[in-house]
Amino acid sequence: MPWDRNDMAARAAQELEDGFYVNLGIGIPTLVSNYVPEDYDITLQSENGMLGMGPFPTEEEIDADLINAGKQTVTELDRTSYFSSSQSFAMIRGGHINLSILGAMEVSETGDLANWMIPGRLVKGMGGAMDLVAGVQRIVIIMDHANKAGESKLLKKCSLPLTGQGVVDRIITNLGVFDVVEGGLKVIELAPEVTMEEVRNKTEATIVGS
Amino acid sequence: MKKVFSSADEALNGVLKDGMTIAAGGFGLCGIPENLIAAIKNSGVKELTIASNNAGVDDFGLGLLLQDRQVKKMISSYVGENDLFMQQYLAGELEIEFNPQGTLAERLRAGGAGIPGFYTATGVGTKIAEGKETKEFDGKTYVLERGLRADLAIVKAWKGDAQGNLTYRKTAMNFNPECATAGKITIAEVEEIVPVGSLDKMQIHTPGVYVQRIFAANHEKRIEQRTTRAA
Repeated sequence: MPWDRNDMAARAAQELEDGFYVNLGIGIPTLVSNYVPEDYDITLQSENGMLGMGPFPTEEEIDADLINAGKQTVTELDRTSYFSSSQSFAMIRGGHINLSILGAMEVSETGDLANWMIPGRLVKGMGGAMDLVAGVQRIVIIMDHANKAGESKLLKKCSLPLTGQGVVDRIITNLGVFDVVEGGLKVIELAPEVTMEEVRNKTEATIVGS
Repeated sequence: MKKVFSSADEALNGVLKDGMTIAAGGFGLCGIPENLIAAIKNSGVKELTIASNNAGVDDFGLGLLLQDRQVKKMISSYVGENDLFMQQYLAGELEIEFNPQGTLAERLRAGGAGIPGFYTATGVGTKIAEGKETKEFDGKTYVLERGLRADLAIVKAWKGDAQGNLTYRKTAMNFNPECATAGKITIAEVEEIVPVGSLDKMQIHTPGVYVQRIFAANHEKRIEQRTTRAA
């Protein structure tokens, strides 16, 4: 049985290491914070200007001056620091953040990422994604294996405008875990009951190895 | 020189001109100079170029300036919360220059710091880098981005004093310190103007030299995504 959103988030949490500073993207990546191992010391960075992001507030704790990069109300922790946008992206661009987990529209077999626009149709913007993929030490993508039309989102070459070129290290989909390696994507792990044959049939990108 | 004004209208007196460039602080609707934006809407000034991370929502923040088509061009990183923006853009009525968020922040910081350009790896190999100079440093490619100055910067802080010293509150800081440095004229709206000397001198985020005009006002502080957990 392929993974659902929560399974994918739980699998992505295995990418965390004790002591990591981590930036989580909007959508499924946000769910990863629900699966942080209890004995791990993880600090979440929010690119609007906060290090040490706490959980959502109770109704009484809501503070309009305290939001995350998804514009959701959040809380602070004892360790929290606040800073301006240029400082926030200095720590991102400067390679001080260990890991970023992001969503995607398309990923190519060479690690290109597209997740910010569909020409003529969807014009939202890249937000901080281009800076994250250019500067963070390791980039892990969580996304569905196929789009709504059933077409592979793991491609030989991205068709949409790129967010970054050769920036993705690992992809977690509902079917499994894939690493960007020389020559294509390597299967690291399969979701329960998913076969290599199913992955090959549902993936446009080159799958390397057995 | 007197920096304290009584209202947004008074603080903007003589400053606004058609076709000017405005840098506006805020992230989403958090920490936006909401009183100055409303006053700019009422002024009727038009053909504006606005550098701001986002474009507000349809009926609040910078979205207000789209209603009467006062904006010619936005320089932003993300405009996904604004349907009116999307309509006007797809109809070719509004120009947008997408800047990656960190690049926009650094352009404003650099502009305000007298640095005309800088190299960044952000956007290399994407549309963002098209037509821009690139250069290799230590085997890695970087793209040249320009520092950004604005004719006017509008910012929102928590507390300020008559010298123009500002402190921000929590994540309402965001782009405000960068915008404050990038304006040829910077106007700050604050929740409270406190007596000079009462701000902690070691905790001032924006020193008064960057701020030419300041006024206190009430703030709605609208929340975009009200998310809670059970108590």
